[in-house]
Amino acid sequence: MAHEHSEGGASRGISLHSVEVVVALLVFALGLTILIGSWKLGSNWTSDGPGPGYFPFYISLIMCISGAGVAIQALRKRSDGIFADGQQLKQVMIVLLPAAVYVLAVQLVGIYVASAIYIALFMTLLGKYSPVKSTLAALVIMVLFFLLFEVWFKVPLYKGTFNMLQFTGY
Amino acid sequence: MDELSALFHGFAVVLSPLNLGLMVVGIVLGVLIGVLPGLGGANGVAILLPLTFSMSPTSAIIMLSCIYWGALFGGAITSILFNIPGEPWSVATTFDGYPMAQNGQAGKALSAAFTSSFVGAFLAVVMITFLAPLVAKFALKFGPPEFFAVYLLTFCSFVGMGKGSAFKILASMTIGFGLAAVGMDTVTGQLRLTFGLPDLMRGFDFLIAVIGLFGIGEILLSMEEGLKFSGKSAKLNPRVVIDTWKELPRYWVTSLRSAAVGIWMGITPGGATPASFMSYGLAKKMSRDGAKFGTGQVEGVVAPETAAHAAGTSALLPMLALGIPGSPTAAVLLGGLLIWGLQPGPLLFVEQKDFVWGLIASMYLGNIAGLLIVLTTVPLFAAILRVPFSIIAPVIIVICAIGAYTVHNAMLDVWFMLGFGVIGYVFKKLDYPLAPLVLALVLGDKAEDSFRQAMLVSQGDLSIMWSNPLVGSITGLALLLLLWPLLSKAWAKVRRPKRVEFSQEQPVD
Repeated sequence: MAHEHSEGGASRGISLHSVEVVVALLVFALGLTILIGSWKLGSNWTSDGPGPGYFPFYISLIMCISGAGVAIQALRKRSDGIFADGQQLKQVMIVLLPAAVYVLAVQLVGIYVASAIYIALFMTLLGKYSPVKSTLAALVIMVLFFLLFEVWFKVPLYKGTFNMLQFTGY
Repeated sequence: MDELSALFHGFAVVLSPLNLGLMVVGIVLGVLIGVLPGLGGANGVAILLPLTFSMSPTSAIIMLSCIYWGALFGGAITSILFNIPGEPWSVATTFDGYPMAQNGQAGKALSAAFTSSFVGAFLAVVMITFLAPLVAKFALKFGPPEFFAVYLLTFCSFVGMGKGSAFKILASMTIGFGLAAVGMDTVTGQLRLTFGLPDLMRGFDFLIAVIGLFGIGEILLSMEEGLKFSGKSAKLNPRVVIDTWKELPRYWVTSLRSAAVGIWMGITPGGATPASFMSYGLAKKMSRDGAKFGTGQVEGVVAPETAAHAAGTSALLPMLALGIPGSPTAAVLLGGLLIWGLQPGPLLFVEQKDFVWGLIASMYLGNIAGLLIVLTTVPLFAAILRVPFSIIAPVIIVICAIGAYTVHNAMLDVWFMLGFGVIGYVFKKLDYPLAPLVLALVLGDKAEDSFRQAMLVSQGDLSIMWSNPLVGSITGLALLLLLWPLLSKAWAKVRRPKRVEFSQEQPVD
């Protein structure tokens, strides 16, 4: 489900109209994918009842119809507004892209270390706090989380491919 | 009066120090969740769900439902003090709540909001106490066709009662069903729609969807505004509270009407948000001071808050009695039941008496505790809102990531969460409703199972949906709701003269 590209590039903002149509087409495409997938699975009546694709087949049929419906509605009645202007898109990307990098970092070094770095960097770069203050805040928050999950509620969190917290014994 | 004795038994279950402690923790966490942008009832409960895995089901549901009550209370704080609705259902509270705060009546607005929330919830719980066992007893007679008809009714009522494009509601719903179908087929054990990816075998967990759609999506949406909080400070001294309480009985008609609207919208999956708008609109129409609404009328705070809380509470009735949640948050609680090894549905009232009545008793106590806690701690939570967004935003994203990971201890889920976040952002901007997606994702498997079982019974004959008066009337009602947008359009055309007759003469095939 990649809706990302609907927010690509344009610096002056993108029109509501184009996003509306693109998303409707994506819904249609998703419906078509499921339609084909469930057709292959067997959407017919088999000897022992409805096949595994029976239900998804009709669901995806409705999905295709509604995707097409939204697209037609959007094309017939063009909405003039903008989806988001350049400034807004920039703001959203400022959060979204680092969040993606953050999830990648979690994969490598685990939730605790990655989160501490993420919070500290976010505060310093976007919040304009002094690095010392940010690091301190990030450390305090993550130590609290560590105590909450590992020690008190005994729910182990992901420590990453490279576990840097082995010394704690959790 | 079986219900009353069962209820007292429930109180006995709840009144242990551990459960009372969890109740307070739940309320405080809930208010915090309700106050913070990006965290709301549904995803807050979803994130905290894993913390309860090691508890007994009764303690767990007490804590989680109290988080839910807390979130319902908390939404009002931000709407009144900051003009930022912390939750969608408190949007209508901003209409009169924020002007009141600007006039220096923040304390009065807050006390009115909390008290009417409490009244709404209380009336809804009383209703649940007496109605839920009856519904459950009735539902024990249900077979697969009846259950599928009820599912159908649930989803059709989204279309019938929703606002905006019916196609968008359908699209959102079918995406939910489509995602629910991914993974192991519960009947044949065959893998479905995994497109050869072994990681997709587990399917899409709706908790991940909830955390992404509501949590990350909301953060992206608030980032767009470049949030700057500029709120009124609030002090709640006992005198203001008492004075407000003296004034509130004057609005008893509004309270009762709003509670009725809320209860109705909560049981049917209309949800708290439309309920709050609807009762605000009704109050404005019917009140003597209707013209002054929007300038800071207490009545304008009472109406939406009572309705929102009544709806939020009564959404648990279909969840408990039928296993069909009335709101995304109720859906998350239902997911919790499954994880704790309980089978939601009518049998719950027979087999898990302690659990059900403990939960219902905790609704009474939780709301009383909630009222006391919010009245005393408002300044604290208002202070939290003054923490800059550049600290809150990354922390909330971290919390969402942790929540998504702990559901299955799978990193892939965290990526899915991010993807759902983008979908949530885009869908919200384009007015695709998110609740049908979540509910379809939760109920997809069960709806499909009951459909297939019904089809097996009838050997593929759809007429089983009309085979007896009960299932027939539910199915009929569902189809009526599904076609409602078309019917109301046609009705509007019929009432408009001239051109209509032409279109009526056209053959409808």
